[in-house]
Amino acid sequence: MTPELTRLTAVETAAKIAAREVTAVEVAQAHLDRIAEVNGTLNAFLHIDTDGALTQAKRVDAGEVEGPLAGVPLALKDVIVTRNVPTTAGSKILEGWIPPYDATIVERMRDAGIVVLGKTNMDEFAMGSSTEHSAYGAAHNPWDLERTPGGSGGGSSAAVAGFLAPLGIGTDTGGSIRQPAAVTGTVGTKPTYGGVSRYGLIAFSSSLDQAGPCARTVLDAALLHAVIAGHDPRDSTSIDADVPPVVDAARDGDVSGMRVGVVKEFAGEGYQDGVTVRFEEAVATLAGLGADVVEVSCPHFDYALAAYYLIAPSEASSNLARYDAMRYGLRVGDDGDASAEEVMAATRAAGFGAEVKRRIMLGTYALSAGYYDAYYGQAQKVRTLITRDFENAFTTVDVLVSPTTPTTAFKLGERVDDPLAMYLADLCTIPSNLYGGPAMSVPCGLSDDGLPVGFQVMAPVLADDRLYRVGAALERATGSDRLLEQVTNL
Amino acid sequence: MPDTNPAPVADGGPPALTRDDVARLAHLARIDLSDAELDHLAPQLAVILESVAEVSQVAADDIPPSSHALAMQNVFRADEVRSCLTPQEALAGAPQVDQQRFSVPRILGEEQ
Repeated sequence: MTPELTRLTAVETAAKIAAREVTAVEVAQAHLDRIAEVNGTLNAFLHIDTDGALTQAKRVDAGEVEGPLAGVPLALKDVIVTRNVPTTAGSKILEGWIPPYDATIVERMRDAGIVVLGKTNMDEFAMGSSTEHSAYGAAHNPWDLERTPGGSGGGSSAAVAGFLAPLGIGTDTGGSIRQPAAVTGTVGTKPTYGGVSRYGLIAFSSSLDQAGPCARTVLDAALLHAVIAGHDPRDSTSIDADVPPVVDAARDGDVSGMRVGVVKEFAGEGYQDGVTVRFEEAVATLAGLGADVVEVSCPHFDYALAAYYLIAPSEASSNLARYDAMRYGLRVGDDGDASAEEVMAATRAAGFGAEVKRRIMLGTYALSAGYYDAYYGQAQKVRTLITRDFENAFTTVDVLVSPTTPTTAFKLGERVDDPLAMYLADLCTIPSNLYGGPAMSVPCGLSDDGLPVGFQVMAPVLADDRLYRVGAALERATGSDRLLEQVTNL
Repeated sequence: MPDTNPAPVADGGPPALTRDDVARLAHLARIDLSDAELDHLAPQLAVILESVAEVSQVAADDIPPSSHALAMQNVFRADEVRSCLTPQEALAGAPQVDQQRFSVPRILGEEQ
């Protein structure tokens, strides 16, 4: 099959299929061949669904489904459940589990003709910033195989950056779509909380989790965003409102007169020089395109990381109580003599990795009597203050911007046993999760170390279209959609 | 295990989290931690807690807590009969099945 098929954008791929220049089956096979060739190096996919992909591609070729992304292959993060296809969330405790139902977004993608190639690697239960906490080994960054593709959604970002799939799905609780996008030179969006159904998304922190698109271009991401977004009665936190006009905004890309606020708190010490330089250039580019750039202070953003590492583990300690060895998943130590409680404790000890244990313990502590008010309760108040910072800022600006993450891709092994250093990767992405507003990472060039830098755009709740307007403007001005042409080492 | 909590947070100071506290938390979380894991986790959790304790520096006495990004209440769906998983599908992932039921280890102690 033509290897060049894997270099196309989603828009180009769908156009070629619609024009019958190539079949969806040929496109799927080209990507499956590419996966067979390089996945051993990248460890981006945990499971490859060859039969499912080719069956769906045949449906597209038979004209059974159509749409702007019909026949386009996609890499699906393994935290999204898929009927009859293994789903592990990167954990040993779910090894071999075959879900009996599909997530809502999986149904929507199938109806749109998208071809899911398989399930991608991730930090266990989406807890991490490097994929090193995956029970199935870390994924590798196509830009430099010794470095992380980010996390938790590093499998999807590596797949998209390494030309294993033009599209990916990630989930973002504290930055797990945006930080991997930033360090791999790809585009990733965390939609407004409630904008995309969580039905079938394995829960980590329910008040923060949100699925969203990963792609190589802003328009590709917008088209996928439009497919998966919209109200779902099966998710009680789903917003019953029109999907913001993300595709129109991505096609338009006009930022003249837009008010752009640079977050003052996200700069200075701890930010790599190469990141700061590219970020400031991008801000100047937006100003050159007619945007009205001002500096904005969000004083409580400094406490976002601390609030997050109380709220998210607290919710996780509760959500992960369902892995009790009784109804599905791993069961260890059931010798006919041991009690259910003993089997439960033995199973969770064997099935959870170090970071998941750390966070469950942290959450259990923060929620325990005598500590609840000082930790969890106080973190919830800080969450209110962070939301107010956003609301105040959005009275004077249309979007906020910052670097997506303070550094370029770090080396595998560098932070894996230093939780606080690992947590710093999410410093700039966490506020949007606590507030619930949408945010995107779009590439803004390479740092002096030759690695990609991400530019973060944050918008008010349900103003997701503004992300795509800014992202598209920046992409056109800097040619960042061609950045990945430099990935040639695979 | 006794149902008591670790020593309360000292005013402004870092929380005193001991190895025994961590063992107790592990019991509450139903995770059998090995001695090696306890030795490793106790100082790590203490450092993380010391770091996140900075939320207490924020003056927020009169600030209402946010439990969620969206202020939604009482979301209902229509009460209609719909198709659902068959018993076979629901039991397909179970570690052990007895007829149409999940089979689990004993839940009562010897004397109960």
